[in-house]
Amino acid sequence: MNDRLDCSKESVAVSLTRKDFESEQDVRWCPGCGDYSLLAQIQKLLPQLGIARENFAFVSGIGCSSRFPYYMDTYGMHAIHGRAPAVASGLKLARPELSVWVVTGDGDALAIGGNHFIHAIRRNIGLKIVLLNNRIYGLTKGQFSPTTELGEKTKTSPYGNIDRPFSAAALALGAGATFVARVVDTDLAQLGPILARAAAHPGTAFVEVLQNCIVFNDGAYAALTDKKQRDELRLVLEHGQPLRFGSNGERGIRLAGLRPEIVSVAGAPGVPEGEGVALSELAVHDESDPHGSLAFLLAQFAAPEFPLPLGIFRAVAAPAFEDMNAAIEDTARQQRGAGDLASLLAGGDTWTVA
Amino acid sequence: MSGNEQVATEPPGALAPPERHVEELERVVIRFVGDSGDGMQLTGSEFSRVIARAGNAFATHPDYPSEIRAPTGTLFGVSGFQIQFAANRVFTSGDAPDVLVAMNPAALKTNLGELARGSVLLVNSGAFTAANLARAGYASNPLEDGSLDSYRLIAVDISLLTARALAGSGLSKKEADRCKNYFALGLMLCLFGRPIEGEIADVAERFAHIPRFAEANVTALRAGYGFAEASELFASTFEVRAAPPQPGTYRSITGNQATALGFVAASELSATPLFLGSYPITPATDILHELTTLRNFNITTFQAEDEIAGICSAIGAAWGGHLALTTTSGPGMALKTEALGLVTMLELPLVIVNVQRAGPSTGLPTKTEQADLLQALYGRHGECPIPVIAARSPADCFDAALEACRIAVKYMTPVILLTDGGIANAAEPWRVPDVASLPRIEVKYRTEADGFAPYARDEFLARPWVTPGTPGMEHRIGGLEKDFLSGNLSHDAQNHQRMVEVRAAKVAGIAAELPPLVVDGPDAGELLVVGWGSTWGAIAEARRQAEAAGIAVAHLHLRHLNPLPADLDEILARYRTILVPELNLGQLSRLLRERCLREVQTLHKVQGRPFRVSEILARIKAISAGAEHE
Ligand code: SF4
Repeated sequence: MNDRLDCSKESVAVSLTRKDFESEQDVRWCPGCGDYSLLAQIQKLLPQLGIARENFAFVSGIGCSSRFPYYMDTYGMHAIHGRAPAVASGLKLARPELSVWVVTGDGDALAIGGNHFIHAIRRNIGLKIVLLNNRIYGLTKGQFSPTTELGEKTKTSPYGNIDRPFSAAALALGAGATFVARVVDTDLAQLGPILARAAAHPGTAFVEVLQNCIVFNDGAYAALTDKKQRDELRLVLEHGQPLRFGSNGERGIRLAGLRPEIVSVAGAPGVPEGEGVALSELAVHDESDPHGSLAFLLAQFAAPEFPLPLGIFRAVAAPAFEDMNAAIEDTARQQRGAGDLASLLAGGDTWTVA
Repeated sequence: MSGNEQVATEPPGALAPPERHVEELERVVIRFVGDSGDGMQLTGSEFSRVIARAGNAFATHPDYPSEIRAPTGTLFGVSGFQIQFAANRVFTSGDAPDVLVAMNPAALKTNLGELARGSVLLVNSGAFTAANLARAGYASNPLEDGSLDSYRLIAVDISLLTARALAGSGLSKKEADRCKNYFALGLMLCLFGRPIEGEIADVAERFAHIPRFAEANVTALRAGYGFAEASELFASTFEVRAAPPQPGTYRSITGNQATALGFVAASELSATPLFLGSYPITPATDILHELTTLRNFNITTFQAEDEIAGICSAIGAAWGGHLALTTTSGPGMALKTEALGLVTMLELPLVIVNVQRAGPSTGLPTKTEQADLLQALYGRHGECPIPVIAARSPADCFDAALEACRIAVKYMTPVILLTDGGIANAAEPWRVPDVASLPRIEVKYRTEADGFAPYARDEFLARPWVTPGTPGMEHRIGGLEKDFLSGNLSHDAQNHQRMVEVRAAKVAGIAAELPPLVVDGPDAGELLVVGWGSTWGAIAEARRQAEAAGIAVAHLHLRHLNPLPADLDEILARYRTILVPELNLGQLSRLLRERCLREVQTLHKVQGRPFRVSEILARIKAISAGAEHE
């Protein structure tokens, strides 16, 4: 590596604050947009990571969420639609010591950029991918996205959406993700810690933020955030804990073979005497399960059949792509010796003319 | 086949061969053709090595089908390799072959049309079975029906003789059959009076990892050579003397190899790590293969999920301070277009190699063409100027790659390097340069935070290269239009015009530092042939032959296609007629007409093949004759 490119984490002599990460650009999201919440949480988190400010790079594609890098006083690139994971992968390979983040949206990551999204995850390259999922195209003003629910009326589905949505978490898990989490934009208690976990995860960390687009899809997650209903509609994942939901934890998930079912929890408030199943019969969440099949089942949960899981689906250790890449260099040097240009050029089958 | 006295399977005994007639030739063109599975590419390149070692000049052209293993014996499964070698300078792999080696009926059928009457035709009679004849569409066996009487036909049952030579080797029938190309090679070495010792050592080395094949191939090679010698197979043998070229160390190199080595050299000469993001595509993939094995250098290669990720990963690496590349061919180039716009806005250095192939769409993926020139210049949305350069021969790809990198880092710009399938896979001798004599490439990263503005420009209009990780200069870049100095988003109308103009001026400004153009031949007069890229060899040879025939003609070959050199107009003005031979419908011609506001003649060819010298020569002669009649 060229020594001019060397930068190490030791250069964080001064302690940074949230202010250090605010750029002078005016934030141009609509007032009340869920993106503000993520921006605030990230600006709060980064000073705590012990990484010098110049060693952060934020890369985005196109869409409302992709304006994100402009608002961070770090290195940033606002690239082209869907391609941020590819740009970020090149940067991470070139400069593995950097903390490289991708901020994307449901159209950017899951429609036009689906290929780069799954392949970055498949490789387990050290990127932090945060997807702001508002289930709509915001920047182009209201067309359905790959996560828009069936039947929903949008500018391009005036008779109701017939484009079946998929789960970003299930897609990521299907691609072999080693870290997958989902969180609601306004749930600050969960958002900060999950981002911190993602930042510390070696390899690709994927965080789906359910983000409210106040203009084109307002209320997409209203029920999930409404204090009266939310406990019935969401399933908070806690490592090592049985899968329970409801305001008193009176309901839970039991597995009948590979089929999940909702059951009442015996003894929980509101569950009549003699009804419900024992707590021990509930499935227990294990984010570190190497097989990840329960995580995959959970990632398919959707309303109205099931509560929506929130939290960390999966967090397992696996070699990061950039580390394996560095190992290849070592192997090549061991096998072939350090590269020497003169002998390379004169290599192969040569003959000499005197 | 019995009764045909030309068909030999037995050497006539161990009598000492009498002195044979040796024909001395100035140059020879040999074409090896066979089934895709017959190993013709290998035979051809082995033969080239023998030729090279003897000090002859040579040029080769492989011609293979896009199917990896087309059905045996079919016309579309024929694979060929042509080599021209001569005493001194060789510009092309030659037009029509003087010697055709055909390993089966399909190969004979598809190539015989190009063989001049009286030429040597060596065939493997063992492959002329009823089934193969039927597959090739022959109603009767051409070896027996007299249809080849006007050629110097030499029919040898190579299949049978190879099998006999390898009886008892422990190889299966099928495995033994795969050695017949070495038998054929042995025959050819005898025909051209070349010693086989060097080749034997090579084969042993090449197959060292599978000793039984090494042994079998050497046996087949010796058997072929010995058979030809003992049977006096050839009434006369050929000799092409070698005139020693410029002293130095030489190697045989293909265009793709030279391109890869050029990039390694650029990385070393600039002390900047190299990054290649690429997606496999014919005929560019060999560059990825080469660089991937060279990971002991300061090189990262990344096989991306698609063409778009190939270039986008390279953009990320360029941002990170690497000398970044992406390699592709036409269809992949189309996919990278949007990212080319991005990198033009970002003003980061990046080299994009397009090894052109015959298009549009999948076209003829293994065949050559030069039809992506206008795409390279204009194929983007918006005003998106990108420097374009082209390599003119396999070895020249090395210099072209260095030049592309030099421009990219000096001007902070993407650069498109055009080569094509013709030179990518063709080989020629290359005089290995002395590393100390190669020009250094200066790379500067800005680390000084004082007075920093992301889009402030130097005297070449290049902006500073600041990589993430540099303290005190955190900033944002992107595809949105930027402020002229700060690089912040700007939707200002005047600013946009200013930025569009400065990006154009930066690229146009490269012309100011290009070396003066060099014209071969008279520096004024009736006819100037202007070419670019891989047509160089055919044009140079046609010019030489025209001159030998008493026709004065000049040749100008362009390395830089965008911007065009500043002295171009003045040079073109000195000739009455401008002829542009191109493997497209006239793309450079268009550029020249627009640039110089004058008529130019196009000689176009879009057959998936390089020009023949004779095609260009014929046009030169016609123009010359027309001028005389005026
Ligand atoms: S359109 Fe929606 S997603 Fe975009 S900024 Fe406005 S509220 Fe946010």
